[in-house]
Amino acid sequence: MATGERPRTWLGLAFVSPWLLGVAAFTVYPVAASLYYSFCDYDVLSKPVWVGLLNYSDMASDRVFWQSVGNTLLFNLMALPLGLVSALALALLLNQPVRARGVFRAVYYLPSLVPAVASAMIWLWILNGRLGLLNAALGAVGIHHPPQWLADPAWTKPSLAIMSLWGCGNTVVIYLAALQGVPRSLLEAAMIDGASAWDRLVHVTLPAISPVIYFNLIIGIIGGLQVFVSAFVMFGGPGPDRSVLFYAVYLYQNAFEYRQMGYACAMAWMLCLLILALTWMASRSSRRLVHYQGE
Amino acid sequence: MSAMPAAPPRWLSLAAVLAASLAGCTRQAVDGAAGSRVTVDYWEKWSGFEADAMQAVVDDFNRSQDRIEVRFLSVSEVDTKLLLAASSGHPPDVAGLWSENIPDFSEKGALTPLDGGLAAAGIGADHYIPVYWELCRHRGFTWGLPTTPGCVALFYNKKLFRAAGLDPERPPRTLAELESMSRRLTVVEIERAGRRVRLSFADLTPEEREGRHFNLVQLGHLPQDAGMYVSAWGFWFGARYYDGDRRILANDAGNLAAFRWLKETTQAYGVDNLRDFGASFGIQQSGQTPFLGGLEAMVVQGPWWPNFIEKYAPGLEWGVAPCPAADGVAGGAPVTVAQADVVVIPRGARHPREAFEFIRYLQRQDVAEKLARSQQKFTALSQVSEGFLATHPNPSVRLFISLARSPGARALPRLSIWHEYNAEMSVAAERVQNLGYTPAAALAEVQERVQWKLDRVSKRWDAVGRERMAEWRAYGNW
Repeated sequence: MATGERPRTWLGLAFVSPWLLGVAAFTVYPVAASLYYSFCDYDVLSKPVWVGLLNYSDMASDRVFWQSVGNTLLFNLMALPLGLVSALALALLLNQPVRARGVFRAVYYLPSLVPAVASAMIWLWILNGRLGLLNAALGAVGIHHPPQWLADPAWTKPSLAIMSLWGCGNTVVIYLAALQGVPRSLLEAAMIDGASAWDRLVHVTLPAISPVIYFNLIIGIIGGLQVFVSAFVMFGGPGPDRSVLFYAVYLYQNAFEYRQMGYACAMAWMLCLLILALTWMASRSSRRLVHYQGE
Repeated sequence: MSAMPAAPPRWLSLAAVLAASLAGCTRQAVDGAAGSRVTVDYWEKWSGFEADAMQAVVDDFNRSQDRIEVRFLSVSEVDTKLLLAASSGHPPDVAGLWSENIPDFSEKGALTPLDGGLAAAGIGADHYIPVYWELCRHRGFTWGLPTTPGCVALFYNKKLFRAAGLDPERPPRTLAELESMSRRLTVVEIERAGRRVRLSFADLTPEEREGRHFNLVQLGHLPQDAGMYVSAWGFWFGARYYDGDRRILANDAGNLAAFRWLKETTQAYGVDNLRDFGASFGIQQSGQTPFLGGLEAMVVQGPWWPNFIEKYAPGLEWGVAPCPAADGVAGGAPVTVAQADVVVIPRGARHPREAFEFIRYLQRQDVAEKLARSQQKFTALSQVSEGFLATHPNPSVRLFISLARSPGARALPRLSIWHEYNAEMSVAAERVQNLGYTPAAALAEVQERVQWKLDRVSKRWDAVGRERMAEWRAYGNW
């Protein structure tokens, strides 16, 4: 380091120190502390007591824990493919050269600007079994005994999966950007060769945007496993027969309602591992399906 | 190149930025004194008119002497916030909790035992209605004092009674009567001879009842719609819940009977019909409850309920009576479940003595009655003035006082894991109502799970209990 550079480095560090302190105090320390507490019996008030792997072994025998894992995975199996396909379909439509295209794009993006809590309140009424819009619409087409979306444990997860489509505007925007990047020359070449619109979609467009689909899948897995707000706002917790007791909801209950902070920390670390594992599996299985241009 | 001005020493710039960034984080130095007075911070759960009522009492206290200044703050989710404040070492001096918090918070060392102060002030069990004193005690110590107590009774809609041909001045006296009146007051819409007709559930033919092809238009009484924990219905069937030591009694005969009752109600009206009926209602405090909408004839609620009626259904003509229990329970005495709002002194409070002065003031009969009257509730004190009853705006208050004094008044189990116990019981009740589980199977799961949790808590208590008790006893001479 040249003379004179060192003081400037210090000065630079001094100016970013609020950020450094913030990260140390509000990110690094809590993450490290949560790892430590995950090996402790800790109720926030009294001193943590080291219990080794007890929290982790308790998790294995905790039926409700496994129910929360099952609920979360099942919800994602519904919501994730539904979200990816619907967003892609919307993006393809919004990419068509039609009049007022910008207006349509804005309209489909708008719902993702609505705060999660507010949209949960709206959906509470849309999905209401007796007075809701959805059941009114189903009644209009002749379905006289529509599901009790929010009261019947069998329907609560599908309800939340449908509701999650409300916020797919972000994903649509990402797809739209990717669709604009599909090489026109390839599409034209395919067209000259006589490929139909469907063939062009399957053999040209989808492979060309496959990295973006993959990106959305990973982001979807990470977000989906942490689903919390919709269940918490609409059901105030676990829902009928614990059918929407998602992983994050059970974690919250343990931390702040049952004051088993040690157990909640252990759950948080398991969630982290679960997300890592699923992301790794997704990246393994996608190697053959994702094409990067220039490779 | 011209000479640069001399740079300040680098440690100085670093320190300046550090200081600036830390300024927002540091707690302002508070010496706890407002002028020459000691400031006592008081966090309370109430908002709206209930908070105004307490603020008026605090103002009276501040005017009544010149040594202590109480600063009242209305705090939502006060239990969680108190917990976090206590764990960081900066709790308020007084906090208003719920009586259910006492076992949990005290065992975890978040509260100050009040026994020494109470003995010196000459305050004891005989000052209170027994069930409320009991609620403030845990493991042989007293952890809080009641401000406004509660218990529950059966509210009923007189107009609906008349419409069903029942005497509006004659509410049910036995559980069997409650059930038969409930069936009479339930109105369904059903197809008869090609026409949709409305009639009482009691007038359906056995085949129509069996078929359940009707819509519920109005309900007599629905146990799952109650202004208390659904899991508390066991008390009306003689349940004990907990042996007071190491054993959970979730599946005792009383709870089984209560759960069978829940199941029979759902079976009679039909799971889907009840879901359909319930779907039209939202959040209790928004007034969208079936009772306030005139669509449910009877509901179990507490002394706060007339406030809701006044606000959301001002024309509703209501009566109130003890909620009948199963035969032979509590020797035939009226049964109720008692809870209380309590004030506590958190561990680590900066001015515990001054805080005690204030909560002691709240126990004075004139003060307690002023607060109770403004909140339209009653007091937990054993003495009650004639003037209080004569001028009280809530006509149901006499009944609630007599219920709280009844030998059938029950306190919720004083267990540090009551919150989880209750959550498990609620899930079990839901499973039984959905007819997915038998009462025995649902309660067996609760028993197993909550017992496992209690065993863990007991193990921990075995390790720290002796030390904790010694600590608490040392507080005796404060």
